[in-house]
Amino acid sequence: MTATFLSYSPPLIERLICSCFVLKVENLTKSYSSGGRSLTVLESVSFELHAGDTFSIVGPSGSGKTTLLGLCAGLDRAASGSVWLNGIQLDNLNEDQRAAVRNEHVGFIFQNFQLLPTLTALENVLVPLELRGVKGGAQTAQALLERVGLGGRGHHYPTQLSGGEQQRVSLARAFANRPKILFADEPTGNLDADTSATVVDLLFGLNREAGTTLILVTHDLELAAKTQRVVRIKGGSVVSDSLTQRTTASTPAQ
Amino acid sequence: MSGSLNGPINGPVNSNLPSARPGVGWLWRMAWRDSRRSRSRLLLFLSAIVLGIAALVGINGFGDNLARSIDEQARELVGADLVLSSTQPFPAALQPTLQKLGRTHSDEVAFASLVQFPKGQGVRLAQIRALTGGFPYYGDWVVEPTAAATTFRQASANQQRIALVDDALLVQFGAKPGDSIKVGNLIFQIAGRVRKTPGQSEFSASIAPTVFIPGALLAQTGLVQRGSRIQYRRYYQFPATVNVDQLIKPLEPRFDKVNIDSDTVASRKKQTGRSFADLTRFLNLVAFVALLLGCVGVASAVSLYVREKISAVAVLRCLGASGWQALLIYLLQIALMGLVGALVGAAIGTAVQLLLPKVFAGFLPVAVNVAISWMAVAQGVLTGVLVAVLFALLPLLEIRRVSPLRTLRASYEETTEKTDPLRLTVYALIAAFITGFAYLQTRDWKLALGFATGLLVAFGTLAGLGYLLRRVVRRYFPSSWSYIWRQGLANLYRPNNQTITLTVSIGLGVFLLATLYLLQGLLLGRVQVAGSGKQPNLVLFDIQPQQRAGVVQLVKNQKLPVLQEVPIVTMRLTAINGHTGSEFKKDSTRGIPKWVFSREYRVTYRDKLIASEKLETGQAPSLGPDGTPRISLEDGYFKRLKLKLGDTLTFNVQGLPLTTIVSGTRTVDWSRVQTNFLVVFPNGVLEAAPQFYVLMTRVPNNTTLGAVQRELVQRFPNVSAIDLGLILKTLDDILGKISFVIRFMALFSIATGLLVLISSVFVSRYQRIKESVLLRTLGASRRQILRITLVEYALLGLLAAIAGLVLSAFAGWALALWVFEVAFTPNLAPLLILAVVTTGLTMLIGLLNSRDVLTRPPLEVLRSEAG
Repeated sequence: MTATFLSYSPPLIERLICSCFVLKVENLTKSYSSGGRSLTVLESVSFELHAGDTFSIVGPSGSGKTTLLGLCAGLDRAASGSVWLNGIQLDNLNEDQRAAVRNEHVGFIFQNFQLLPTLTALENVLVPLELRGVKGGAQTAQALLERVGLGGRGHHYPTQLSGGEQQRVSLARAFANRPKILFADEPTGNLDADTSATVVDLLFGLNREAGTTLILVTHDLELAAKTQRVVRIKGGSVVSDSLTQRTTASTPAQ
Repeated sequence: MSGSLNGPINGPVNSNLPSARPGVGWLWRMAWRDSRRSRSRLLLFLSAIVLGIAALVGINGFGDNLARSIDEQARELVGADLVLSSTQPFPAALQPTLQKLGRTHSDEVAFASLVQFPKGQGVRLAQIRALTGGFPYYGDWVVEPTAAATTFRQASANQQRIALVDDALLVQFGAKPGDSIKVGNLIFQIAGRVRKTPGQSEFSASIAPTVFIPGALLAQTGLVQRGSRIQYRRYYQFPATVNVDQLIKPLEPRFDKVNIDSDTVASRKKQTGRSFADLTRFLNLVAFVALLLGCVGVASAVSLYVREKISAVAVLRCLGASGWQALLIYLLQIALMGLVGALVGAAIGTAVQLLLPKVFAGFLPVAVNVAISWMAVAQGVLTGVLVAVLFALLPLLEIRRVSPLRTLRASYEETTEKTDPLRLTVYALIAAFITGFAYLQTRDWKLALGFATGLLVAFGTLAGLGYLLRRVVRRYFPSSWSYIWRQGLANLYRPNNQTITLTVSIGLGVFLLATLYLLQGLLLGRVQVAGSGKQPNLVLFDIQPQQRAGVVQLVKNQKLPVLQEVPIVTMRLTAINGHTGSEFKKDSTRGIPKWVFSREYRVTYRDKLIASEKLETGQAPSLGPDGTPRISLEDGYFKRLKLKLGDTLTFNVQGLPLTTIVSGTRTVDWSRVQTNFLVVFPNGVLEAAPQFYVLMTRVPNNTTLGAVQRELVQRFPNVSAIDLGLILKTLDDILGKISFVIRFMALFSIATGLLVLISSVFVSRYQRIKESVLLRTLGASRRQILRITLVEYALLGLLAAIAGLVLSAFAGWALALWVFEVAFTPNLAPLLILAVVTTGLTMLIGLLNSRDVLTRPPLEVLRSEAG
């Protein structure tokens, strides 16, 4: 196991030059106080990911998967512990600074797509680019829509698209700002089997092309098996962290 | 694998935080894009602005037009550059000065008298104006035929017996130019029909129509007698270069001494403006209320809108938009929609403004020139945008705090551990805005602060009540009641409850509307006179002492009752506690109104109070042992003069100074048709002074009225008979017009209030729908859900309505006391109806809101709401 891990990892020297992980999580703990009692939903989770890694978090409902994803993406703050995203420590940043980091480095895929209902498909894809102040983003957005097979649907509103189509638009949006890391929360949770297959193919395809680090939260062990590494959590703690067959089969694109 | 859990080889640093930000252009683009599919959602918001601004622009525009028209036509109102008037002939000693003042002048002697049309035996009270000279110098004296005016002006010199008569009088008696009219002992030929005289409104023309006769023939009519109520006037015309106010300033002390009033174009402007102050003040208040309701509407409509937008904001936050960017997107949207609403409102308001003068046309003294008041439009548009932004900011500020976590967890609730300092700033700005706006509408800081404080109190009370309701229901929860009641009541305090929001917005709406209603009652009730039953309906005026017995006999011969017979002496107040009017004029801090010294007092004398009076303090009038009269004052007048018992008042009784001691006050029931007096003297002082008598009687029908009038004109031509029935009818007509306008404007407020209600109930929709669906899924019947909803909204509606009403009663009382200075006697029945209607509407709208839950299968609703 260790041998296979080393064989896929970037050489040590390269790590030194890079001087950072794409994502590093250290002793992350999250608790809520409820009715005067403290409820720990995540306890001392640590891991790190390199550029191009694909990674899934699996576990039963309420195990803390989504909480972990939220913390990694800087959507929430931990009670203790740290998150470094592309070399930036998120813990000390305020909400707006974390938003800027997300815009620069992070892409998102959600279970229920989360497209802005008042914007067309093309405009939805454009948002991350415009937020960055990129000029001429429309061409990039159109190209991305074509890549997900929706080149002709750019002027449609989300309600005029099927679930699968909406998720494809959201894929295009997620890759629009060429993120270093992509977070996907149950990306096929709301889709039927056939549509799921298309979306999953696109997700992994795009990920490979862009060399993005992928973090996937899912119930679906079959989907999880498509990533190189699977972390299983239960009751807020990591119970296993293992590399999959994929690790040997796929080569990360740099 | 454990290697991956090691610490970083080289500690990452926060060196290069991204900084690229989109410009304002993007914000506008997003605002525009986002609005495309949600414009209909902003309809409530838009209507609130439109209605508020329409009322504001309509009323302010009308006010502007009225003020401008008074300005433009003030000269026409006076008909001359200067008018001197007195109830006595101008003293001979003053004649040289008056001659020197200006060469072009006219003299007029005016008084009321019965006139007769010999042809049809018709008799009616008219205003006689015996005129010599070229008056009116300004304005249109519309006389038909046109040549008649010129002929009339020369009639004095030629001793020609011709008269010009008001159209209303001619119409009433079917007379026309060429017929004759009997004024006193003389018969005049009617030379022309007067359609309009400068300074006389249609209203005053219909109450006392005018007959112009040549001044030179006045003496021969035999109508002018000592003690008669006569106005002597001299009209001057000056070259345009003369500053009239400067010219007469040095003469004023001398005029004051002999009770000559001077009226210039400038003073008339002020005075005319003031006589419409109550009307404009009330209309301004209506505009204020409509706008405030608009504000409440804006706040609740936008909070509804924000609720719908929260998930979109969470996505934007997730994609990297900052809190401010998200806020600005919606703020720009709201500001733009606010501008659109304000423009539409201003357009509607302008239409209303063009309409108002037509409604009021009859009794405004000037023809209001309708022009679009750009000032009012600009002010309205600006106010609209300001209101939109300011009141939308309260709910919009929450956008900054929306957590991106909502994208992952739909039910995520942000923890609001500390109050947003910006929220406090917005509250302060709103308070400043309301105070500033109230000031602009009233031009009175005290009033403006009073309004703002009143609103603050109302707001605080309502919020406090909402809070209390929550606490009380929770504390004393009736566990033994039926499920429906328990569930409905529990809705009031459970998480996400809308108790405070709904109590405040519905309560404020009811409060404002009810206050408006109470005010309307105050203003209309003020002039309503009871004209029925045993009340007198005919007043005989100007009866000379030697005619008294004759007139009483005349009345008795017709089998009519003498309901009241009082002597009247006219006088002026010259000093309070030895300080003269001019001393008070210099020292404005004493707060004695100017009219106290300038008006003419009609005083009676008797030793006891009559039925319509009640002793308030001190005693009834009496003659002191030293011969100084102890007088009685009307209580309100006593208070306005800030007097105390024992103070001395010095009167000028037609030339003779007379010092009196204030020994008592009375409250007077002004609504009873009586001759009511501010000042009552004791017997034994005024008996020898020039005086006249007033006699009141009640005639059963117009035939008797005609007979009395005919006999009076023949035997006592100087006695005036005032037909109160006619006056009441005319008053009624005018009140009808005023109340139409008030109701029309209040309609705007009511419409806005309804919007507030709809949007505030809508706000709670999203909370309730999920819960109701859940209940249905768990097996609750439609009927049960319906009743749970009813219980909740009925309680909220009732509490808010009652609280609003109680608050409005306080506001009405305060306004009556301090702003309009009238007694506060609210009519409660319509207010209770308002409470019932509000509660009913709240329940109805609440039910309409939940109709989805009732008519669609639970799963379908759950799915659509989940998306």
